[in-house]
Amino acid sequence: MRTAISPLVVKQPRTLKDALRMLRDDGPLTPLAGCTDVYVGLNFGTLRDARFLNIWGLDDLRGIDVRGDVLRIGALTTHAEIVRSVLVRRRLPMLAAACREVGAVQIQNRGTLGGNIANGSPAGDSLPVLAAAEAFVELRSAEWTRTVPFGEFYTGYRKSVMRPDELITAVEIPRVEGAQWFRKVGTRAAQSISKVVMAAVRASRPRIALGSVAPTVVRARSTEEALAAGGAIEEAQRLLQDEISPIDDIRSTEAYRRFVAANLLMQFWTDTAPRGRARPGVNRRTR
Amino acid sequence: MSRSVGRNVVRKDGTAKAVGTARYVDDLTFPGMLHARTIRSTIPRGRIVRMHRRFDAAGFTIVDARDIPGRNLVSLIQEDQPCLAEGEVRHAAEPLLLLAHEDRERLLQAQVEVEYAPAPALLDARESTHVFKEIRIARGDLDTGFREADLVVEGEYRTGHQEHLYIEPNGMIAVPEHGGVTVYGSLQCPYYVHRALCVLLDLPEDKVRVVQAETGGGFGGKEEYPSIIAGHASLLALKSGRPVKLIYDRTEDMIATTKRHPSTVRHRTGVMRDGRLAAMEIDVLFDGGAYCTLSPVVLSRGCLHATGPYRCDHVRVSGRVVMTNTPPNGAFRGFGAPQTLFAADVHMERIAEQLGMDPVRLRELNALRPGDSTATGQVLGADAAALDVLRAAVSRSGFHRKRRAYRGTGRGIGLSLFFHGAGFTGSGEVKLKSRASLELTPDGVRILVASTDIGQGQRTVHAQIVAEALGLPFEAVEVAAADTSIVPDSGPTVASRTTMVVGGLLKRCAEEMKARLGALTPRAYLRRHGPLVITKQYEPPPGLVWDDDTYQGSAYGSYGWACDVIEVERDPVTAGTRSPRRWSCATARWPTAS
Repeated sequence: MRTAISPLVVKQPRTLKDALRMLRDDGPLTPLAGCTDVYVGLNFGTLRDARFLNIWGLDDLRGIDVRGDVLRIGALTTHAEIVRSVLVRRRLPMLAAACREVGAVQIQNRGTLGGNIANGSPAGDSLPVLAAAEAFVELRSAEWTRTVPFGEFYTGYRKSVMRPDELITAVEIPRVEGAQWFRKVGTRAAQSISKVVMAAVRASRPRIALGSVAPTVVRARSTEEALAAGGAIEEAQRLLQDEISPIDDIRSTEAYRRFVAANLLMQFWTDTAPRGRARPGVNRRTR
Repeated sequence: MSRSVGRNVVRKDGTAKAVGTARYVDDLTFPGMLHARTIRSTIPRGRIVRMHRRFDAAGFTIVDARDIPGRNLVSLIQEDQPCLAEGEVRHAAEPLLLLAHEDRERLLQAQVEVEYAPAPALLDARESTHVFKEIRIARGDLDTGFREADLVVEGEYRTGHQEHLYIEPNGMIAVPEHGGVTVYGSLQCPYYVHRALCVLLDLPEDKVRVVQAETGGGFGGKEEYPSIIAGHASLLALKSGRPVKLIYDRTEDMIATTKRHPSTVRHRTGVMRDGRLAAMEIDVLFDGGAYCTLSPVVLSRGCLHATGPYRCDHVRVSGRVVMTNTPPNGAFRGFGAPQTLFAADVHMERIAEQLGMDPVRLRELNALRPGDSTATGQVLGADAAALDVLRAAVSRSGFHRKRRAYRGTGRGIGLSLFFHGAGFTGSGEVKLKSRASLELTPDGVRILVASTDIGQGQRTVHAQIVAEALGLPFEAVEVAAADTSIVPDSGPTVASRTTMVVGGLLKRCAEEMKARLGALTPRAYLRRHGPLVITKQYEPPPGLVWDDDTYQGSAYGSYGWACDVIEVERDPVTAGTRSPRRWSCATARWPTAS
């Protein structure tokens, strides 16, 4: 049953400074923006938080640009804006591919990259991309700004190094060399949550990240090393099995997730094989 | 005079829906209206020990089973389902208690704690001994058939729950008035709701009025469940003396309302080397959920379609629908037939494989033809079009060429052949005695039927039929709201009967009206002779005989025939499939049934 909303508190900061001050002085507050995760809890009556900070109006946190050689995406940038961005499509096409598969158009118009990170679901579609791209998360509080490597951001299931008085303000992605690859496997082609999701980069040292196969998004480092050292793909597929820890849950089974993860690795390796007419950009999904 | 039937007319409901003025139940509001909420069981089976109210009751109207003026039941086939659980819980999400308050927020905040003595739940239909209904269809002699057969092919096929997912969730508003109650709601069958309310509220027929609001889809999901919601809203309205709105959100609608019956169908088939079916033994098991609802009728249609559109001299179909501690299953498009047809045609594929025979050839050999008779002994007329649709679908899809080309690749092509009986089963239409009326207006006519437009275009189709028969322009035909205070009981809007049966009644009304009008315009007729309303009642077509006890005779007045072809592509990465192309060839015969 739907949650009653009158007992909920929603603070409305006018500026980023306001917002950070409220987090420091009036916390704990759960930041909300597109509300695509909040509304699910609200409609099912499972919402735990009662105090929110509405940062949707903070336009400073929007926008995509390149500073030096770093792609910078504001935390409130929506999936739809990312899909449309020429900068993203040129420099980080696997992120555009991931954002195109989040929910459906309505969700893409409201859901934000920062929200996807903050929600911390192991199934978050954009997270393997950020892991494979070795992105940095910019966190700000009333007192400081710090930048955390994405690989060090999560500490456990829906847990991160972010403090209650901090806000995700941007994501920074250094230039990614090599062919980018992304594929999400869900129950349906759209409006689904992933059973397994993988983003990868084919470079002299490949980078491979997977979602929905562990409590957090994971980098498959041994697999990467084996491939970098010229190991056989079959060996890499075996190593991958040790690096993931999928479970049986409402969406899939451990066995199926292991099967698909191994196949995705093979598909990535075949699709990005450096022979013939190498295409720039992300490889098109096969489904 | 341009024709109306077969012409692309403007939908009667089109403009209002396009510009947003169409009023669905949640768009309606009444002075002093309260909002309502249902407290439901959280266990599948047990006894309610006590309910604790954890909120300030000021401003609340609270209703439990003791507040029911009439009988605590949802009046349908069996009298087993309470409108509000009393002592015993038989499924999760069963309604226990009703709350209403003018402030929706106060309503949502109200906490009720229910203390149960839980009991072990029965969740597997195969283990259930509580049988709602058993059906047996027998033709010829099974032993003879199996003796003649060269080969016996067996298979078991299962289907699960399925949700209708109409765009507009269920909802009702009850308004106490004139010593009775009027309900407005999202529904398919105004007179089902009407009857249920009379029994629940102990009110005479003229004190209960049911009005259909614009309805956003039904697919069977708003056939029987709205009676419960209307009952709940009415109980609160009568107790509070104020209008009460009870709207389900998507979550509640999915958790609580009916689904398609899960099925297990077993086939044992005796086959000749050349592919002819010698014996069909079919066992049908449906999971009815916690209460009977419409399960006996769903099972009936399931059993009557269990052979698929195939002929066989020796057949036995044994069906049963049983109780489990899951929310009751109910009407859903196809009404039991999709489950058994799925089993029948997958089984045909298995037979073709075992015989090493072309699946199209196998179906051609066995498909029902004009003059053949079904398992119930119904002799089919010239409109038995199984072969026509099969051949059309096979040729349009390039079936054989593709089947050869795809062999050994990750692609495939398959087909299914099926039929569907139109209208109520057997003597159902005779028992319903449906009526439809046509009223003359100065500018044309007004249709008075209880059939509901739930998005399928009933208003438009009925207006087309009437306009055509009267030789009036389509625009001169109005369609009255489905309001039990003004329309006769045309039966429920189900079973593909709205166009065929009710449309047929309207055609007869229009023909008589045309004769009465003669050369006069509607306006001139009204001036000279006064008001004119013509009502017609269903009469079975000659030769339609059905025996409910032996399951012999003409099960349906008419059948639709169809063949679907689908191409699939296997994705080796996910082991899933996608289907890039589909074809559907079907017949819809103009009715002779009314």
